[in-house]
Amino acid sequence: MNSEPLLLATPTGDALKLRPEGPWTAANVATLETLSRSVGAEVDRSRIVTLDMSGVSALDTLGAWELEKLSRRAASSGRSAEFVGVSDHFSGLMEEVRQVNRHTPARAAATNPVLLRLNDLGKATIGAREDITIFLQMLGALFMAVIGVLRRPRSLRLTSLVYQLYRIGWQAIPIIVLITFLIGAIIAQQGFFHFRRFGAESYTVDMVGILVLRELGVLIVAIMVAGRSGSAYTAELGSMKMREEIDALSTMGLDPVDVLILPRVAALVIALPILAFIGSIAALYGGGLVAQFYGDMGPAIYIARLHEAISVTHFEVGILKAPFMALVIGIVACSEGLRVKGSAESLGRQTTTSVVKSIFLVIVLDGLFAIFFASIGM
Amino acid sequence: MDESQQEFAIRVRDLVVGFGRQTVLDHLSLDVRRGEILGLVGASGGGKSVLMRTVIGLIPRRSGTIEVMGQPIGGTPDRGTLGAAMTWGILFQQGALFSSLTVRQNVQFPLRENLLLSQELMDEIAIAKLEMVGLRAQEADKYPAELSGGMTKRVALARALALDPPILFLDEPTSGLDPIAAGDFDALIGTLQKTLGLTVFMVTHDLASLTTVCDRVAALADGRIVAIGPMRELLQSEHPWVRAYFHGKRSQMLQHEMR
Repeated sequence: MNSEPLLLATPTGDALKLRPEGPWTAANVATLETLSRSVGAEVDRSRIVTLDMSGVSALDTLGAWELEKLSRRAASSGRSAEFVGVSDHFSGLMEEVRQVNRHTPARAAATNPVLLRLNDLGKATIGAREDITIFLQMLGALFMAVIGVLRRPRSLRLTSLVYQLYRIGWQAIPIIVLITFLIGAIIAQQGFFHFRRFGAESYTVDMVGILVLRELGVLIVAIMVAGRSGSAYTAELGSMKMREEIDALSTMGLDPVDVLILPRVAALVIALPILAFIGSIAALYGGGLVAQFYGDMGPAIYIARLHEAISVTHFEVGILKAPFMALVIGIVACSEGLRVKGSAESLGRQTTTSVVKSIFLVIVLDGLFAIFFASIGM
Repeated sequence: MDESQQEFAIRVRDLVVGFGRQTVLDHLSLDVRRGEILGLVGASGGGKSVLMRTVIGLIPRRSGTIEVMGQPIGGTPDRGTLGAAMTWGILFQQGALFSSLTVRQNVQFPLRENLLLSQELMDEIAIAKLEMVGLRAQEADKYPAELSGGMTKRVALARALALDPPILFLDEPTSGLDPIAAGDFDALIGTLQKTLGLTVFMVTHDLASLTTVCDRVAALADGRIVAIGPMRELLQSEHPWVRAYFHGKRSQMLQHEMR
């Protein structure tokens, strides 16, 4: 078994006798390729090629294919090639290999790279339009579902809603508190560090209060929720789509929007303002701790300064944005989930898209709100 | 080691496999001869797939020995067991094709990982394998998600055969196929077994496959092999479970029609 494969070539006139020997198997593939290549020129020159198979000790598809390729090369352009001495237990394999690779499919024509780019660009543009359509469709479907629930309050999936609230609200509290606490502390530290130069340390409290309540509290929480819960929604709905569970629901006369999507989006809309509130408080607390230990400002002064600096308007501006952000996250996550196709790869891609898209939209929405609130003087 | 003296491709001795408190396989022994097609039947959840997965090293065993082509297989999935991958090809129940690769790349995957081949030769071999299992070269650039159930099984078979393994494991190869496709698949396995000289270990519920392609049938009940032999002998078996399996209403009807 350890012997190397050989290929003996004996030319007589314009006839050529090839005698492969030893194991012609995949394990010796490098040798086989060299061997076949080395006799290529001789094969092309000869009119009659005989392949004597009696010396082959082991053969598999790969070896058989190499020999078959030689024979096909020899048999091209009206010359002849034949196998002799094929032993019984190789004949089936040789016969099988004779049938394959007869029709080589036409290779796809190489395309112009510039055209390819333009093609991608065009597709992305149309894709963006489709994204907007899908978003609006989902918004409409949700609206109809809400109307349905308002008409018949008993059709609300309360169990599902409570379960989703528990998952995306209650269970998210520790990580949200931790992160917003750190953000608040970092902002306060930066404020004290830089404002100290102007002797304006006390304004750090204004900055922390306004920034956290108006913008950062809700924005950080929304981004966290998009990453944590939005991705979970997409993956769940996507795998349900893959396993035809959503089709099963539809065939039972139930609307997936009512059963699956409304409770999820509603839970987000309820939970996000609460989480944003808790997050803002944690951030203010973080700022307060930094004020005490880094800025030499006691809790009493910090709270007093906070009282002067912020009004309920700042809080309203922040918290009013939260339900809208939740709606955007929920709609994007659920519609991306429903766009998952058969494969596991598509599930991963759609989950990534969902997170990226919802974070992007949350930030855009925040910008639009900033303009809106500024123009109405809040 | 003289290969002609190795009568058995797979030898399983006193195999015990369990999960938690539950014992699935209880001192099971089984021999698979070289060059035969062995069908394994058993109740759903009775441990057929567990036996197959234990032999190929995916499930750790509690005790017992397993030899494949004369080589002992380790008790836990490790590199040694994985190295034996060259000696077997496995067709998983759902195909287990890599969804991010095309059909051609799926078939080439074992070649690419185990051998040093030129891309041209690899393409030729992949197409050759696909044509051997009855697919056309046009199908080679599709993704697994675009294939029908029968095609998925064929591609999975082509991938299992990519390295010309001497042993082929099939986990319910005809489940989910229509009778015509299932019949074709049986015939295909029979043909490939003859041309490539394979040993085939087939887990199946398909009575038609058992009668038409299997040389021997082993019945797994209560964690042991309770009967083994050609289909004729199994039909005569006195074991209550085997009797129930082959002489139930459904089986009777099928066998009657086949006569």
